[in-house]
Amino acid sequence: MMKPRIQAAEQDPKVRSHNFEEVCLGYKPEEAMEEASRCLHCKNPHCVGACPVGIDIPGFIAAVKDGRFDEAASVIARDSSLPAICGRVCPQETQCEGSCVLGIKGESVAIGKLERFVADYCEQKQCETKAKGKKVAIVGSGPAGLACGGDLAKMGYDVTIFEALHKAGGVLRYGIPEFRLPKDSVLERELGKIRSLGVKIETDVVIGRTLTIDQLFENEGFSAVFIGTGAGLPRFMGIPGENLNGVCSANEFLTRNNLMQAFREDYDTPVRTGGRCIVVGGGNVAMDAARTALRLGAETSIVYRRTEAELPARKEEVHHASQEGIEFRMLTNPVEILGDDKGNVTAVKCIRMELGEPDQSGRRSPVPVPGSEFEIPADTVIMALGTSPNPLITSTTDGLEANRKGCIVASEDGATSRPGVFAGGDAVSGAATVILAMGAGRRAAQAIDNYLKTI
Amino acid sequence: MFEILKKEMLTPSVCRMVVSAPLVARAAKPGQFLIVRPDEKGERIPLTISDFDSEKGTVTIVTQSIGVSSAKINDKAERDCFADVVGPLGLESEFVSFSQERYAAEHYVFLAGGVGTAPVYPQAKWLKEHGAKVDVIIGARSENLLIYTEEMARVCDNLYICTDDGSKGFHGLVTAKLKELVSEGVKFTMVVAIGPMVMMKFASLTAKELGLPITVSLNMLMVDGTGMCGACRVSVGGKIRFACVEGPEFDGYLVDFDEAIRRQKQYAVEEKEAMEKHVCKIGRGR
Repeated sequence: MMKPRIQAAEQDPKVRSHNFEEVCLGYKPEEAMEEASRCLHCKNPHCVGACPVGIDIPGFIAAVKDGRFDEAASVIARDSSLPAICGRVCPQETQCEGSCVLGIKGESVAIGKLERFVADYCEQKQCETKAKGKKVAIVGSGPAGLACGGDLAKMGYDVTIFEALHKAGGVLRYGIPEFRLPKDSVLERELGKIRSLGVKIETDVVIGRTLTIDQLFENEGFSAVFIGTGAGLPRFMGIPGENLNGVCSANEFLTRNNLMQAFREDYDTPVRTGGRCIVVGGGNVAMDAARTALRLGAETSIVYRRTEAELPARKEEVHHASQEGIEFRMLTNPVEILGDDKGNVTAVKCIRMELGEPDQSGRRSPVPVPGSEFEIPADTVIMALGTSPNPLITSTTDGLEANRKGCIVASEDGATSRPGVFAGGDAVSGAATVILAMGAGRRAAQAIDNYLKTI
Repeated sequence: MFEILKKEMLTPSVCRMVVSAPLVARAAKPGQFLIVRPDEKGERIPLTISDFDSEKGTVTIVTQSIGVSSAKINDKAERDCFADVVGPLGLESEFVSFSQERYAAEHYVFLAGGVGTAPVYPQAKWLKEHGAKVDVIIGARSENLLIYTEEMARVCDNLYICTDDGSKGFHGLVTAKLKELVSEGVKFTMVVAIGPMVMMKFASLTAKELGLPITVSLNMLMVDGTGMCGACRVSVGGKIRFACVEGPEFDGYLVDFDEAIRRQKQYAVEEKEAMEKHVCKIGRGR
């Protein structure tokens, strides 16, 4: 008989829909050891191959099983610099856990929850480094930049990370809400570990405006630059009424709440949800925006043009959102936003959709049903339609090639069209995941090391 | 830290501060703006740059106290520090890249309204230093609300003062003064209007009537100021543009001012509530 997965404790949905505390409470040591004992230690572990940074998963799980938590942390630290974050936000069901043999007939090992437990329980393992006397600049303090900077510092480089906002973390700071990634207990702690490796983080510096990439080389003495500026440019639908008061991008809504702490009484930031909020989109960002609006007191629905099966968000987020009382309106697409004579949103005019032929991505593409328009009353509308890379750097750096979508053109190891300039994460791939960005940052760190040895 | 080196009140509610921000000062060009966060719990507030000195590493900002956040800025004293000053943001004015011949052929006229007078100063100064002919029309409701008149007089060829109540200079709006000058035969090549949104709207209509091109500088609501949030979006020629990265300056003929005016008031209710709370807190303190 296969043992069932040990469930980590969660805050009651009725309670948590009114607070911003973390939803999942994580394992206790004995629970982690019990869950770790479910691992079969496959000879050919598929989970490792499915991890974008190739963590030795059976290795760390074996240590957890025996209660050797520090050793487990050392195993993870060989391949990941931000385990407390990845354990929380990685789409494990399509990566490590999705490839776990146990998942074929039952439930896979809860690899993400175990990783998170180890990271929360143990202090960062430090390694001895010898200073190499060369300076590397990292642009952007999100997952790609932190992973790249952390690795380079471990190799002995003098690393400075430049961040445009007033607090470090990139999407981990402005995008992912407190209830999914606590800022003080998790993000600040991980940033502290990166800083303790000797990495300097300079906030309030917009590369491309305050300083250019060329100035970093010519005036500031850097020998290489890594660009990890993410994909921060919000998309809008281009439908009538989108500029009405009460319509905003998920980026704006989440930034007001996460970076600017609008949900806290003692901060000055205003935020508007009204009584009824509609979130357009089906990804993780849509779930984050909807669950935030709900916690601020709005009756919240998610409008998505395909069906629940196609929702790109992590399963856990969809599950949590519906548990908390978010209404899902599937096969529905906005065609116009309606407002009153003062320019405030009053409703969203939608059309019903049905699934047609599969598109290039293999997903069945939604087709509007003629004449099926209807209105949903709303006070606010949040557009969570995806993001593209910010052109601030490509437009101010000569010889840095970008593609038609605005993504920086870079090789597998991050080399761009400019010698000494590397890039990775969403700035190269377009919007993806935290762990893929970290993987790209780590590969670029290796490539930067190789490059700096040649000059 | 971003220390306030000098503070002076220009009117009872308008304050000028010289702030230490060496990186911003080194990179700043006319037309750009910066973002100030007064303290740990404050908002990120976009402000135009009223002057910059790359050698001293300072920038000058002029703020009118209208909401909690602008009041927080103006409440700071000399030697205090701002939590954050970031910039320069936005694109520099188009004329910054003009050739020597082009400057010599230009005759700019600036329409400056209220605190919008302050960011006109570095633009007029730059153009004058590069050989262009520059006239400035400053407007205010009344004489005691006029700012930057002496500074401006030093960096332009002709300075005209307008007041709504006739307490100083021309009795009427800046647009009326512009029409008068054009009818007297002054051949301007370009109009730039910086001030309240409604003033820029009518300045654009007047410029169009006179057949003169016009640039306006839009002070939209913003959160990050780097293109990330889209709060500052504005319709220009029917297209959505982000004022923070594609502006703040746009062709006045093409801006949908009515929408922009409405979007500026997005948080009017929340701001009013916050202001009442703020005043109430101040009351308690005393």
